Amino acid sequence: MTGMHMLLGLIFSPGFFANAPVRTALLVGGGTAVASAVVGIFAVMRGQSFAAHALGDVSSAGGSASYLLGVSPVLGFIGLGVLAAASMEWADVQDARERDLVTGVVLGAGLALTALFLYFDTTSGSASGAVVAILFGSMFTLPLSIALPAGIAGAIAVVTTVTLYRPLLLSSLSAELATAQGIRVRLLGFAHALALALAVSLSAMTVGAILSPALIIGPAATALRLVDRPGLAMALAALLGLSAVWGGILLAYDSYYWTPGHGWPVSFFIVSLVFLGYVGVNVAPRSRAVRTAGHATGHHAGCAQD
Amino acid sequence: MFTGFMTNTWVAGTLVAIVAGVVGFFVVIRRAAFAAHVLPLGAFPGAAAASLLGVNELVGLVTFSVLGALGISHLARRERRDVATALWLAVSLALGTLFLSMTRQYPQQVYSLLFGEILGVSEGAMISVAALSITAVVTIGILFRPLLLDSISPELCQAAGGSSRRMELAFLGVVALSTAIVLPVVGALMVFSLMVGPASCARALTDEPRSAVLLSVGLALATVWSAIALSYLSNWPVGFFVGALGALSYAGGRIYRRFAPAPSSPRAAAAI
Repeated sequence: MTGMHMLLGLIFSPGFFANAPVRTALLVGGGTAVASAVVGIFAVMRGQSFAAHALGDVSSAGGSASYLLGVSPVLGFIGLGVLAAASMEWADVQDARERDLVTGVVLGAGLALTALFLYFDTTSGSASGAVVAILFGSMFTLPLSIALPAGIAGAIAVVTTVTLYRPLLLSSLSAELATAQGIRVRLLGFAHALALALAVSLSAMTVGAILSPALIIGPAATALRLVDRPGLAMALAALLGLSAVWGGILLAYDSYYWTPGHGWPVSFFIVSLVFLGYVGVNVAPRSRAVRTAGHATGHHAGCAQD
Repeated sequence: MFTGFMTNTWVAGTLVAIVAGVVGFFVVIRRAAFAAHVLPLGAFPGAAAASLLGVNELVGLVTFSVLGALGISHLARRERRDVATALWLAVSLALGTLFLSMTRQYPQQVYSLLFGEILGVSEGAMISVAALSITAVVTIGILFRPLLLDSISPELCQAAGGSSRRMELAFLGVVALSTAIVLPVVGALMVFSLMVGPASCARALTDEPRSAVLLSVGLALATVWSAIALSYLSNWPVGFFVGALGALSYAGGRIYRRFAPAPSSPRAAAAI
């Protein structure tokens, strides 16, 4: 029993669970990981990595504006994220060939605003740490009051995706087939973009705007390598994302004791864990199931890429 | 505005615009905006690592952006290209966060790396920047025809004895080089704005590849020069002006396209 205690003491540094910022980070980060992973499966299948990344960056413009205006960052991040998703989806409907460009231009315009707002943030002197906090995340400084609005946004994203699971799956594999089945593909696209925007804004808030695609794409891509069925992959991705975030928080907390007085950034650990998981799955000896999964994703790639 | 320390800025800005305009044309026709966004962001930890080790910033930038080009094309072997790119981005930025936390750079320095600094190129770095710019532009000049063919139709390129994989790697390599040149001036987050904005407008205005490249360079020059001037006058970040002008050029091209007649020849139409 004492041996067990010692082991636990080695893993969980003193005061881990008693620490209020850690508990908030575990709560908000965990919820974000689950929402990101669930939405991420369809983002990977629909080839929306760039869009996911762009949404994260653009939502940071909202985040930096919220510092300036003194409103809740949740409002800023999500407001601009949803706005950007709607405009990208609208442009995509107009001309699908331009998707890559439009995403890029929306991203560029959003970043221009981020640059300006952050400049005002830092020069007005009210929030000199805003640059690093917004772009690279600041999980341990999240206020507990963020948990409720963040939870609602995450729940909307998950519920939307799970409710629309079957039509989304069909339209992700073949838009023509879905249309033939009487599914309103455009409306579906908008609903998915909304869910994606919510999930990305959440992860932009927790792990930082420019690291947010790691939580959306990483666990989902890993899970799709391991299992064939998208529903199962969704659950697996949620599990992987959750372990990466909680593991990252734990390691970051412990790192204060490795290099005294100077902790390592929590986002670094989370993203590294996500990537190690992905590499591990690719390097591990491939069983039959893995081969078929790899084959299936390879097939999608052939269809979707031009 | 045109004297003393600003001379460097104008020369560097001009080089930056020429490189971004030429490379940007291929970024647009290859639909590689994501890669063009990720390589600069992936080079950003290079700058942080360089300041940690006390070596020249340009060395760090070139090393990390070339590593990025290799990393993306390696991951893309077994994964869709966009997923591979996103994964590479995640890894390099995670390293960047770590390096930043170790160097304890001031927020102002981090900000300059991400959003640009018109005084970003020192006199000493000017020669290396010029050499890198010439290398990038000459490489594109040599590869112009095969790269164009591969961008329009990879099958045709393979039939002509080229390798799409090698073309992709060469292209990413040139983007990586240009990144190292452009990044210190307009910032890691805005490099691709300068590549995509003017080039997409040029592509909308003309169907002929060579005039599109020239037009793209001209628009990039106009963007950079006005961004430097506006930033100097207003003291606002240069990245804001680059991003805003980039988006404006794209919108301009879009509007022109809407009211302009359809492309004349089928060959030209295929190039779009």
